[in-house]
Amino acid sequence: MGLLNKLDDPYEGGGIVLGKIEDLLNWGRSKSDWYLHFGLACCAIEFMAMNASHFDFMRFGTIPRASPRQADFIMVTGTVTFKMADRIKILYEQMSEPKYVISVGSCSNCGGPYWEHGYHVLKGVDRIIPVDVYIPGCPPRPEAFQEGMMLLQEKISHQAIFNKRKKLEAELEK
Amino acid sequence: MSEKKRLDLEYSQLESDRMRINVGPQHPSTHGVLRLEVEIEGEIVTEVVPHLGYLHRSFEKHCEKMTYPQIIPYIDRIDYIAAMNNEWPYVMAMEKLMGIQIPEKVEFIRVIMAELNRIANHQIAVATFGLDAGAFTPFLFFFRDREYIIWILEKMSGARLLYNYFRIGGLAGDVYPGFKEDCLNIVKQVRKTNAEVMDLLIYNRIFIQRTANVGILPADVAINYACSGPVLRGSGVKYDLRKDETYSIYNRFDFDIPVGTGEVGTLGDCWDRNMVRVNEMEQSCRIIEQAIAQMPDEGDVQSAIPKRIKPPVGEVYMRAENPKGDLGFYIVSNGTDKPERVKARGTSFVNLSVIPEISKGYMFADLILILGSIDIVLGEVDR
Repeated sequence: MGLLNKLDDPYEGGGIVLGKIEDLLNWGRSKSDWYLHFGLACCAIEFMAMNASHFDFMRFGTIPRASPRQADFIMVTGTVTFKMADRIKILYEQMSEPKYVISVGSCSNCGGPYWEHGYHVLKGVDRIIPVDVYIPGCPPRPEAFQEGMMLLQEKISHQAIFNKRKKLEAELEK
Repeated sequence: MSEKKRLDLEYSQLESDRMRINVGPQHPSTHGVLRLEVEIEGEIVTEVVPHLGYLHRSFEKHCEKMTYPQIIPYIDRIDYIAAMNNEWPYVMAMEKLMGIQIPEKVEFIRVIMAELNRIANHQIAVATFGLDAGAFTPFLFFFRDREYIIWILEKMSGARLLYNYFRIGGLAGDVYPGFKEDCLNIVKQVRKTNAEVMDLLIYNRIFIQRTANVGILPADVAINYACSGPVLRGSGVKYDLRKDETYSIYNRFDFDIPVGTGEVGTLGDCWDRNMVRVNEMEQSCRIIEQAIAQMPDEGDVQSAIPKRIKPPVGEVYMRAENPKGDLGFYIVSNGTDKPERVKARGTSFVNLSVIPEISKGYMFADLILILGSIDIVLGEVDR
């Protein structure tokens, strides 16, 4: 929490924080991500356990939304078949920017156990939509879900909002 | 002065157009990726057509390419909520085909594992059924308890959900010290939570009004559609493979088969099917207690595992009582280490086929409840 750490050396009188608007926006954005409530296969059962009492996913500020238009990120939890791939692409396109994707489990990372002979399985969801965080496992443990969520938060909190183009060009020149 | 016009309409004679709408495959209440094409007239469901194949993972193709022990992980992924129960009929079929006598201790551990997983499955089923009806708290209660069961299964097999624990002729590992105490604690905890949920959910007036007299499945229709498991027993048919076609060592235990009674509504409604699951948890607890008391301490769980698994030419069919119903495996062997064909008789697929029959004439919101009471898992439907 880069912003709040600056409160540690307050100015005289207190209550003044010097920082970037970008940091403030990113801090807010990363701490309240709503996800699309949508499960595919086995990993969705672990995701249900993740939502329940022991692991309590909502403490990350996440709220399940049934509509992709209200969601910030989508968790692809399970095997993506060819028949389902179209739907996932449509769902992703319906989400409003900025949008993120977490690919959960071996199946949606790369095809997993269905990689070799699965004639009906998409070999990785990243072939149709861009993926931000990959969570390995078959199925991943709830602790792995937490790690993945924290990685996504970290990614969001370092993103550029203003002068995106300039920063990108500067990076490319390096 | 303007006169007010009065419209004299007979609302019952108004004809509304029938509308076809899609539910799923990304709908949160379809328990996975099921797509239902529903025709509604106003709010009344007139036709339901389930569309399958959104989770078709080519199970039979994999069975052609894998050796017999390698198939077991794929069987876990058919019905991923009750993986232990899934493996059982397959390994039993293989043992029947190869003529393997398995040690007594293995049978006891298998019974305990399967019953623990049956409790875990029914907890998810009742919890999500409550979610469908709008009750969130039982979900948290059941998942808290399910976590303790998962911990036992994890200590035994190393995995939380998909175990790959049963071997042809044995098990992957022996019990750990303190296993019996853990199981007895679980039984105590499950009973405590069930007693709580009885007041909180099952006999809740709102829940009864939502689920009683909804989705009535008469016994003859259930038999005609080859339903099994709690769906069949909810209609009052006392049919359980553990009693009627006793396999393993189930004849040594004393337990009842709960059936639907029509206590709050009509026989075979959603409430009955749900109640059968709650009662089955209690019966599983009884079986676990008896199995723990009778289980021998000595014995090698891996002594009967053959070094080389190459069954003779032939075919075998074996079935067992899954939490969702009757799961069977038909294996054709051609004498090599890979099967010619493995066919799984998926319970959920058969039970799902009854939905168009029983959901006609109910409100659209009840369709979700009917689907929840059937307790399907899409991995088993599509395979």
